[in-house]
Amino acid sequence: MSLAMSATERDDLVNRHQGAIDGSRKTRLITIGVIAALLGLFLYGLTTLEVSFWKLIAGFGNLGTFVVLMLPPDPGSLARAIIFVKALFETIAIAFLGTILAAIFAFPLGFLAAKNVVANRIVHFLARRSMDTVRGVDPLIWALIWVNVVGLGPFAGMLAIMTSDLGAFGKLYSEAIESADRKPVEGVTSVGGGKAHEIRFGLIPQVLPVIASQVLYYIESNTRSSTIIGIVGAGGIGLYLAETIRTLEWQQTSFLILLILVAVSAIDFLSGKLRFAIIGKRAV
Amino acid sequence: MTLAIDRNDPTILAHAELYRREMGAKRLRTLLGAVIFIVCVWLAALGSEVDPGKFIANAWRFPKYILETMPTLRLQSFGADMAEWYWGIKGWLKLLWQTLLIAYVGTILGVVGGFLLCFAAAANLGKTSWLRFATRRFLEFCRTVPEIVFALIFVIAFGLGPLPGVLAIAIHTMGAMGKLFSEVVENIDMKPVDGLTATGAGWWQTIRFAVVPQVLSNFASYALLRFEINVRGASIMGFVGAGGIGQDLIEAIRKFYFTDVSAILLLIIVTVMLIDYGTERLRHALLSLEHRS
Repeated sequence: MSLAMSATERDDLVNRHQGAIDGSRKTRLITIGVIAALLGLFLYGLTTLEVSFWKLIAGFGNLGTFVVLMLPPDPGSLARAIIFVKALFETIAIAFLGTILAAIFAFPLGFLAAKNVVANRIVHFLARRSMDTVRGVDPLIWALIWVNVVGLGPFAGMLAIMTSDLGAFGKLYSEAIESADRKPVEGVTSVGGGKAHEIRFGLIPQVLPVIASQVLYYIESNTRSSTIIGIVGAGGIGLYLAETIRTLEWQQTSFLILLILVAVSAIDFLSGKLRFAIIGKRAV
Repeated sequence: MTLAIDRNDPTILAHAELYRREMGAKRLRTLLGAVIFIVCVWLAALGSEVDPGKFIANAWRFPKYILETMPTLRLQSFGADMAEWYWGIKGWLKLLWQTLLIAYVGTILGVVGGFLLCFAAAANLGKTSWLRFATRRFLEFCRTVPEIVFALIFVIAFGLGPLPGVLAIAIHTMGAMGKLFSEVVENIDMKPVDGLTATGAGWWQTIRFAVVPQVLSNFASYALLRFEINVRGASIMGFVGAGGIGQDLIEAIRKFYFTDVSAILLLIIVTVMLIDYGTERLRHALLSLEHRS
C-alpha cells in the first residue's frame, strides 16, 4: 500500500469535509462585517482629518530632511550641554518626588474608598468617582492649572504629577486593602498582639511589596510624563525640547531625545532590579 | 514529660544568637535603604525647587481656581444656565469627535504596524537575530519618545492640523503594541507551528494558520485597551497644535475662560469614562468568546 493519495481519493475527502474547510457562514459574515466596519470608519476618519496624499508626501519629505539635519546629535556648546543635563536631573526629580508624595498622600484616600473600612455606600461612591475624575485628567492639564497657582517652574510640575497620581494610588490602595487576607491579622491577635502589632505584622507585610512595586512602576512611567511637562512651562527638559524644535535646532533636539532615552532606560533598569529585590522573580 | 524549655540549652542559645545576628544585619540593611531613600528625596526636593513657603502662600489659589471654574447653576433657570455654561457645545462636540477619530485612526495604524513587526521581534519566530535586535530597538525608540514630542516635530513637518496628531499616536502605539504583541507571540503553543512547517508551509502561511488563530483575541483586547489610552492622549494633542479638543482647552486655560475650562474638562472626562466602560465590556465579551471555543 502506498501512502500517497490518488486524485479521486483527495477530491472525495475534500467533498466530504467541504463544510469544515469553508467554515461556518455566520462566522465568516461576522468577520467580514467587523472588518468592513473598522475599515469604513478608518476611511471616514482619513477624509475628515484632512489627510491627503500630497500632504503626506510633502510631510515625509520634510521629515527626512529633519532627520538628516538631526545627525549627529550635538548640544551646541558645553554650557548648553550642562543646562540640558541639569534639566534632565530636574525632570527625574519631579517624577520621583511627585510619585513619592502621591503615594504618601493617597493613603487616607485609599482607606476612604475601601469597602471594608468605610461601609457608607455614598462616601464610598463619592470617593471612587472623584478619584476617577482626578485620574482622568492628564498630567499636562494639571500642570497648566498648577502653573496658574504656584507660578512657572518645576514645583508646578511636581504638584501636577502628584495630583494626577493621587487618584491612581488611591484606587490601588483601596483595592489592596479590600483584598488583604484577614488570616495573618487574626493570627497576630490570637498570640496576643495589639492593634499596632496587627497592622505592623499582619497587614503591612501583605500590602507593602505590592505597593512598593507599583510605586516603582509609577516612577518609571512618570519619568516619561515629566519629560513633556516642560512644554507648558512646568519645569524639566520638556521646555528645552519644545524650544529647540520650534527654533529648528535639530541637532540639539536629537541630543535631548538621546538624553531622555538614556535616562528612561537607566531608570527602567534600576527599578527592575529594585522590584526584583523587593518581591522576587515571580511577580516582576 | 514537661514542655518547659531549658533556657540554657546550648542549641537554643546558638539559635537565638544566630537569629539576633541575622535580624541585626537585616535592620542595618533597612536602615541603609532608608538613608539612601531620604537622600534621594532631599535631592529631588532640591531639583524640583520645592518651596513649602511658596506653596502655603499660594495654596488658597488652588481651591479658588477650582471654584472659579464652577458655573453658576440656579434651580429656577437651570436650562438657561446650562445653555450659558455650554455655549460652545456645537464646536466642542465637533472637536471631541475629531479627537476620537484621531485616536481611532492612530490606533488602527499603530496596531497594524505593531502586528507586522511583532513576528520579527518575537524570540520564537524571528528568524535572524540581527533583525530581531533591530526591530526591538526600533520599537523601544517608538514607545520611549513621548507622543507629544513626535507631535511637535510632525507639526513642523506636516503643518498644523489633525494629521500630525494621528501620526504621533500611530508611532507611539506601534512601539507599545509591537512589544506587547511579541510577548503574546512568544507564549504561544509551538505545536501548530511545527505541524505546519512539517507540511511545507512558508513563513507567512505558518503565521496565518498556526499563530494568528492563537493570538488574535489577545491582540484585539490589547488594541482596545490602547484605544482607550489614545483617547486620553489625543485630547492633549491640541496643546501643540495637532488637532482635537486640546486646542480649545489650552486656549480656555491660558485666557482664563474659567467656566469653559470646566465645561471642556467635563466633556473629556465623561467621554473617556464612556469609552473605558465600552471597551471593558467589549474586552470581556472577547475573552468569554475565547473560553467558549
